[in-house]
Amino acid sequence: MIHHHIDVGGALRRSVCHLYSDLVTRPTGAAVRQEIEQQLEQIHDRTLTVIDFSHVGLLDFSCADEVVAKLLLHSISDAGAPVGFFLFRGVRDEHLEAIEAVLERRGLVLLIQTEDGSVHVVGELGERERTTWESLDRVGRHSAAALAAAIGTTLQETLSALDALCARRLAIKLDDSYIAISSALVARGIQ
Amino acid sequence: MTTVISVPPSLDDQTFELVLEQLAPLPADARVLVDARHARWASPYGLTALLTLGQTRMTRPALAGPDAEDTASYWARAGFYRHAESIYDLHGHVPRDRPSGGESSVLLEITPVARSEDVHEVVGRIQERAQQILVRELSLDPQSTMRFAMTLSEACQNIVEHAGRGGWVAVQTYRWQKRLGRRVVVIAVCDAGIGFRRSLESAHGRPRTARWDDAMALEEAVIRGVSRFRDPGRGQGLAGVRRFIGKWDGKLSIRSGTARISIVPPWDDDVPLAEGLSAFPGAQMQITIPERISAGAR
Repeated sequence: MIHHHIDVGGALRRSVCHLYSDLVTRPTGAAVRQEIEQQLEQIHDRTLTVIDFSHVGLLDFSCADEVVAKLLLHSISDAGAPVGFFLFRGVRDEHLEAIEAVLERRGLVLLIQTEDGSVHVVGELGERERTTWESLDRVGRHSAAALAAAIGTTLQETLSALDALCARRLAIKLDDSYIAISSALVARGIQ
Repeated sequence: MTTVISVPPSLDDQTFELVLEQLAPLPADARVLVDARHARWASPYGLTALLTLGQTRMTRPALAGPDAEDTASYWARAGFYRHAESIYDLHGHVPRDRPSGGESSVLLEITPVARSEDVHEVVGRIQERAQQILVRELSLDPQSTMRFAMTLSEACQNIVEHAGRGGWVAVQTYRWQKRLGRRVVVIAVCDAGIGFRRSLESAHGRPRTARWDDAMALEEAVIRGVSRFRDPGRGQGLAGVRRFIGKWDGKLSIRSGTARISIVPPWDDDVPLAEGLSAFPGAQMQITIPERISAGAR
């Protein structure tokens, strides 16, 4: 999986004003998202993009909706499949409040990497999906049957949960097996 | 003929209604003199609402500022006269405009808001001073500074996104002796734009019920997070403001048209919804965050 890095603070300064560090107002958020989307146009669907908030000051709800929620919503193919995978990094508690609010409103989830390198799912995830993701994240690349056995559920239930995780960009199918995006990161040494 | 509109000695969101009651019977092109000579105190809401009032008049209004030197001086430091002179014919003594500089109670001078860039400026300026005021003087959590700035940003964006014309924002701290006996920080955001009801009416295909009025429009927007935009991501700003005031035991009050809706904390006795007020264009918002005191200090 190819690793791509986008500095949101840099995108803000390039697209709106070189003096700004706060992501506030919807027009600002829309401009930053378009800047990011232009960079993403060149990549293919097995690319992992790190969206780095380290150099962002304030993030308000309107900007979080534009830069985070709409970025996820727009990154789908004509067939409705996710295009690319995202990992959000440098997200502080103050950012998280706005991000969680817009994810909840839109029914979205995303992966956030904290300072210690651990990766967490943010947003609402069903009980079965969360259990499946946590198990897949723990065991690494697994077939659905092996994962179902590890969790202690039926193959059908596990396949259903894995499909949902793939649709929500939390896991990826590789041949006949699955891997959590967070595990793929570790495999690539992205810390 | 000029009609004199008397400004009460203490001008805040409640007493501003007395000003609007005097204005209500007059046509928009009637000549008015806003007489604030006896004013002794004004909240940021009072000052920004006075500017907004001037914007609503079709004939340039006149204003006589406070006679009391300290009051007039404070209005000047808050930036009132700087903006009032473009709206009103100013009568009487107008103090020299001075930046607030060392004035600790003025967190943000009266600032015009019309564009996205204005919100950036407001947010940038407030962060410089908010940390000291909110944490040291109001004993709020250090993380509250960013959330306060977020709240301010969302409040200002209501003007940019919905009002259709520019408005004003001001932030001030003061000791609210009468009602609370504690220090408070108050955000006032006032505009004379289209208001909540007309903004929601502009949404295509929006059904209007028999009860559709300013009060219902405020309930829809503030309580249910409805926006004129069909995009489900819209309407989150006011929800964020509500979360912030809920966390810090604050009060949110929004007046639009003939109604005012309030999220009322236990320390206040305001009504949740006031209807049948004197009609006034636009939207006027006030956010009040009280000083935090430990349980043992109550």
